[in-house]
Amino acid sequence: MNTGNKLSTANIVLLFSILILVVIVAVPVILIFITAFFENGKFNIAGIAKILSDPDTYQALLNSLIIAAGTTLVSTTVGTFFAWLVARTDLPLKKTMKALFLVPFMLPSFIGALAWKVLLSPRAGYINKLLMAIFGLSKAPIDILTIGGIIAIESMYLFPFVFLQVEGSLERMDPTLEESARISGANLFTITRKITLPLVMPSILAGALLVALYSLAHFGVPAILGTEKGIYNIPTKIYERIYASGGSFNAIRVGTILSTILVISAALILKLQDMLLKKGQYQIIAGKSMRPMVMKLRGLKIPLLIISILYIGITVILPTVTIFLVGGLKTYGLSFELKNMTWNNYLKIFQWKMTKDAIWNSLYLSLGAAFVTMLAGTMISYVIVKMKVRGKFILQFLGVLPFSLPGTVIALGVILTWSGRFGINLYNTPWIIFVAYIARYMAFSIKSNSASLSQVSDSLEEASRACGATHWQSLKNIVIPLIKPGMISAFFLIFLPALRELTTSVLLYGPTTRTIGVAIYALNEDGETVRAAALASIALVIIFAGETIIRKFLARLDQAKVKVQE
Amino acid sequence: MAQLKLVDVTKKFGDVIAVNKLNLEVEKGECFSFLGPSGCGKTTTLRMIAGFEDLDEGELSVDGKVFSSSFKKYYLPPEHRDFGMVFQAFAVWPHLTVYDNVAFPLQIRKIPRHEIAKRVKMALQSTGLTHREESYPGKLSGGEQQRIALARAIAINPKVMLLDEPLSNLDAKLREEMRFEIKDLQKKFGFTIIYVTHDQAEAMALSDRMLVMDHGIVQQVGHPLEIYNKPANKFVFSFIGLSNFIPVNIEEGKAVIDGSNETASFEAPLELGKKAFLACRPSEVDFVEEPYTGANQLPPAIRARVARRTYLGDIVDYKVAVGNAEIRIQKPRRVQGPIEGSLCTIRINRTLWYPLE
Repeated sequence: MNTGNKLSTANIVLLFSILILVVIVAVPVILIFITAFFENGKFNIAGIAKILSDPDTYQALLNSLIIAAGTTLVSTTVGTFFAWLVARTDLPLKKTMKALFLVPFMLPSFIGALAWKVLLSPRAGYINKLLMAIFGLSKAPIDILTIGGIIAIESMYLFPFVFLQVEGSLERMDPTLEESARISGANLFTITRKITLPLVMPSILAGALLVALYSLAHFGVPAILGTEKGIYNIPTKIYERIYASGGSFNAIRVGTILSTILVISAALILKLQDMLLKKGQYQIIAGKSMRPMVMKLRGLKIPLLIISILYIGITVILPTVTIFLVGGLKTYGLSFELKNMTWNNYLKIFQWKMTKDAIWNSLYLSLGAAFVTMLAGTMISYVIVKMKVRGKFILQFLGVLPFSLPGTVIALGVILTWSGRFGINLYNTPWIIFVAYIARYMAFSIKSNSASLSQVSDSLEEASRACGATHWQSLKNIVIPLIKPGMISAFFLIFLPALRELTTSVLLYGPTTRTIGVAIYALNEDGETVRAAALASIALVIIFAGETIIRKFLARLDQAKVKVQE
Repeated sequence: MAQLKLVDVTKKFGDVIAVNKLNLEVEKGECFSFLGPSGCGKTTTLRMIAGFEDLDEGELSVDGKVFSSSFKKYYLPPEHRDFGMVFQAFAVWPHLTVYDNVAFPLQIRKIPRHEIAKRVKMALQSTGLTHREESYPGKLSGGEQQRIALARAIAINPKVMLLDEPLSNLDAKLREEMRFEIKDLQKKFGFTIIYVTHDQAEAMALSDRMLVMDHGIVQQVGHPLEIYNKPANKFVFSFIGLSNFIPVNIEEGKAVIDGSNETASFEAPLELGKKAFLACRPSEVDFVEEPYTGANQLPPAIRARVARRTYLGDIVDYKVAVGNAEIRIQKPRRVQGPIEGSLCTIRINRTLWYPLE
């Protein structure tokens, strides 16, 4: 029964939810479009054409596309190959290898890029110097400061997107689909080509599109490896223009036009992914759990294992060790000998105001944003999943919008919204970063919370109401305890990426509001490589600790879930 | 000569013996079922026959040709065994049309295109799928998907057809229909069927002979009726059909239901010992109208109290209490039975005896 009173509570919650998303997400996006398409109140297509035909911005667009395409291609190949190796062969130590292939996720790609620059820059890269010494070369054999270098490094840290998707679908695939091909007379090669590959193709493409989406709007790696040689993609070009002009409106306008292109490409990619998931995703998941068919690697077993371990060693361990070693050097450029090392750099990170501030800023901004976003996301998800109110389609639309907003775009939108235009000026304060984080991670929160809410059957809440509990009591005693795991994982899903965020923060920081990512980037730009590495080392320690905790927690959750289902 | 021959076939998964020294001969054209609870080893046996699992010990041969053998260290992979096989979860390929699904095994065998078209058409006709050629399986019902799987299996005209619980994903009505269709297909094409199921009614209806398995060990092989009427042991009796196990105390060949003060006693086989089970089917217990006469009759009539009476459509299900035992009785509805709570007299017409363990 709907009394007038209850209806209005529902409406208030709905309106409040819409208000949050409008202020945090919709207004910034609309302002970007308005700024891009209108000049002095007039629709201005000529201005757009002029900016896009400017060779400088045109080249950035082209680079973004080339880098995204290359990264997607390499990541997809590498990710699919390793997924197949782990899921469908008799590779030894499969469980360990599977866990290891996900470790690159933990290493922020800009820190990886920093390490590779130290190792492979043509001027002073340690590996280059080593190779030159060994083979008596006069020129550095490998130049990482190229588009190819950017693609290689991005792929190293993005391939787990594809690996996760493909490995999962290979593992969950009903083995009888392949067995029935086998009993039909097909050999393993034919089965892989005609049955397995077509069936996991949607997962491969879904992973590939995730990589494309990420790479297209990625700031960190191109910023560290490209800008020195004048290689810009869209996010770094936007940053360069705004930074060089001291935040002039004209630069921001160029930024909004480039952002619009990013948003449109992202929307296209997501639309494509949605279509693939809806139409192409076959029901291939097994009811009975049976061991899938496994290919015997025979003589290739040990070589492939060694290749896999080497891959992890080179992409994860080598850069991590490099960062820690460089962070301990007395001066950058010295060789890694004990006499050149010092603990002082690490201790000083906690004494220098800039680095101390950065750690502190990152910690409280990401904790605060994670907490607020988690709560707001829970409320919005509740309205979307559980409440029967008119107008919630607005929420559904606004709720998925942040998915297609690259970090650079969010930063620009936030600048346009919160720089005094509506009477509130947050520029140069930590609040502007806080607001941007909420906008950036709201989608994570809504996704995670909606998933756990939709698993709570309506009848559970109804049963509580039937027992005489009020709506609020049912929420408090039944719904919230049941979705608490989803809320907690939403919290970590926001906290951990926010802690290492660079793309958005780099456009928003002020003199005292650098975050860890910004500080590492800025130190590196200023040639303070040792300090940058020392700070990066400390960031890595915090990230690894955080990831370990969340993994332990999620594993426990999974076990609990299994128990409930049993 | 038997078409399919298994000699001492054994399969272990780690320490667990999934199939233990299984010996079996299946004749050409026979419909042979493996029946047993889940985890009994029936599917593992079928998968060894198909070649998806190698056997740890023993030998498997088809038409005199060795397919797997631990003695000769030989194993023929499944793609070279030329069997037809249908799986529980259908396993039709969602990315291929109905036609392409059925044509797949023929294309693998490099059969000329026009011949493939002919044989696919025939297979689809036999399974009633002619009008579905161009559809994708995802758009079809469960029953139709299972027909695709059947059509795909018969397309190569196999000598032996392996069916792994092919009907258990279908609803009850369709399941019954498909049983007859499978039988019809067998008549038409003359293949031998190896049929795995946990549903005893299905096995009874389909099989010429069947094998009951538990814990990897063969419990009994025989014609369905033979197994129903002369179960080899307590497990077979309880697994096939409904059953009562009534604890009895035996003294000098006279058995009395545990806890009853009845003077009437059953004649028990001598080798049983002091305590045993008297087993009977619920349908083979009668309510007797005549005045209670006790001990003088064979089989004896005994006094019971009706603890529960339930209507199951055409059948009425009773639970009556005698001493410490509860006996289930099923009678057609037209048989006048006693009401709940009343005293009655029952007679067990066919008795089987099993030791306590």
